[in-house]
Amino acid sequence: MTKNIILTGLGIFVLAVLSPFWFNMVTTTQAKPSPELLGKAKTEKKCVLDKYDMRANHMSLLDEWRDSVVRDADRMYTSANGKSFNMSLSTGENSCLGCHEDKAKFCDSCHTYASVRPYCWDCHTNPKEIE
Amino acid sequence: MMKKSRRSFLKVAGIAAIGLGAAPAMNFASTNAAHPVKSKNQTALTAHRWGMVIDTNKVTEQVVEHVMEACHKAHNVPDFNHEVDEEKFPNTRPVNHKQELKWIWEEHFKYAFPDKEDEFLAEKFLDLPFLVTCNHCKNAPCVQACPTQATFKREDGIVLMDYHRCIGCRFCMAACPFGARSFNFRDPRPFIEEISPGFPTRTKGVVEKCNLCSERLAKGELPHCVEASEGAITVGDLEDPESEVRALLNENYTIRRKQSLGTEPSVYYVM
Ligand code: HEC
Ligand code: HEC
Ligand code: HEC
Repeated sequence: MTKNIILTGLGIFVLAVLSPFWFNMVTTTQAKPSPELLGKAKTEKKCVLDKYDMRANHMSLLDEWRDSVVRDADRMYTSANGKSFNMSLSTGENSCLGCHEDKAKFCDSCHTYASVRPYCWDCHTNPKEIE
Repeated sequence: MMKKSRRSFLKVAGIAAIGLGAAPAMNFASTNAAHPVKSKNQTALTAHRWGMVIDTNKVTEQVVEHVMEACHKAHNVPDFNHEVDEEKFPNTRPVNHKQELKWIWEEHFKYAFPDKEDEFLAEKFLDLPFLVTCNHCKNAPCVQACPTQATFKREDGIVLMDYHRCIGCRFCMAACPFGARSFNFRDPRPFIEEISPGFPTRTKGVVEKCNLCSERLAKGELPHCVEASEGAITVGDLEDPESEVRALLNENYTIRRKQSLGTEPSVYYVM
């Protein structure tokens, strides 16, 4: 008798303990953001640094860029991969947004996921948004 | 299995040791060769000390209007007379015109040159429009006042602002004897008729002023005010004796604003 009670109790206990896993199995959660390469970035092969470096370090790259532009008046960046960029967040053809033309589907897809809200757009403008 | 002599073993081990050292050495050489480089555009205009000469004889009301419009449009300086688009910016509170922002504007002689006011001053000066802007002083008091080095003097003499560092303390505004700086008491965007994509706007809480169009000089273009001024404004290198501005200073009698304060303005007025 007691054996059966203990076993059903154990069964319920295991089910309950593992409930987060069951829950995840039936509901779909987006595991990771998928930034899309759209516009010019689709045809271009290379970013400023290589992909993983960009993913991890684009904030420091931008910081470097703005200091160089604003403080040292140097606006050209010749990257280690041989390409040159007119350093800018959103002005001109080979700025970040000049190449990654769809901010919402690229930058924001990651940032929303990671709850990052760069305040840059209080001043810098997305050329696509001002029609 | 082949029997190895001690000698042949040492030979192979030695070659292998060289090989081990080679990889880091090659890595070292290749990373050194491909380092990113930051530089100026080839077409960029440069100077040892940028300066401006304004020919007051050529400044008419019309010139003033064109110059102000060209500058303020390109740099997204808000205009508080602009009617706010209620759909985009609902519940915008009414403006206070004392909080207007300006990079270059019109001033009467007595305010532009208070120390030169005179009972018997030539009458023509009484109602001539004078264009005034940041003087990009050689000894700029705003630079000394700024606690974060947001305002700084660039090597080429331009007194520039790094908006990213501005904390809105307004010490620079108190320090500037020319009123060349304006504070953003509110978000400027509702008051910009058409945002120009070539230059960022500012936000509430930062100070702003003329940047001598450093973004244009970097591309090899002259400032907007020069282009719109029909020859009244000339910009060039004060330290180059061959420059156009030096020729103008040589040929004409010029004055600067509030010279007695010793800030050494870089904007000259041909009288
Ligand atoms: C000339 C076009 C171009 C410019 C300019 C450019 N990118 Fe990229 N970017 C690309 C391309 C192409 C890729 C994909 C690279 C790859 O797959 O190897 C990429 C990849 C990235 C990634 C990684 C995306 C991922 O899937 O992890 C980030 C982040 C990024 N860029 C940010 C930036 C930022 C920030 C700037 C401005 C400093 C910038 N990019 C400027 C073309 C560009
Ligand atoms: C692969 C995902 C990804 C993409 C694509 C991406 N970002 Fe980011 N970004 C991040 C993450 C994650 C952080 C936060 C990093 C941290 O806080 O350490 C971040 C931080 C930043 C920051 C610093 C924000 C702050 O408040 O410190 C800036 C600026 C920025 N991103 C700009 C951009 C721009 C511009 C683009 C598009 C051209 C872009 N990012 C695309 C993932 C991404
Ligand atoms: C208070 C307004 C303001 C904010 C906020 C701001 N910027 Fe800027 N930024 C400017 C101005 C003004 C310039 C000068 C543009 C020029 O001289 O062409 C500039 C220049 C730059 C430049 C170099 C030139 C260019 O066209 O992009 C970079 C890169 C830059 N900012 C990155 C950033 C990043 C990244 C952020 C957010 C983390 C940011 N900025 C936030 C106003 C701002």
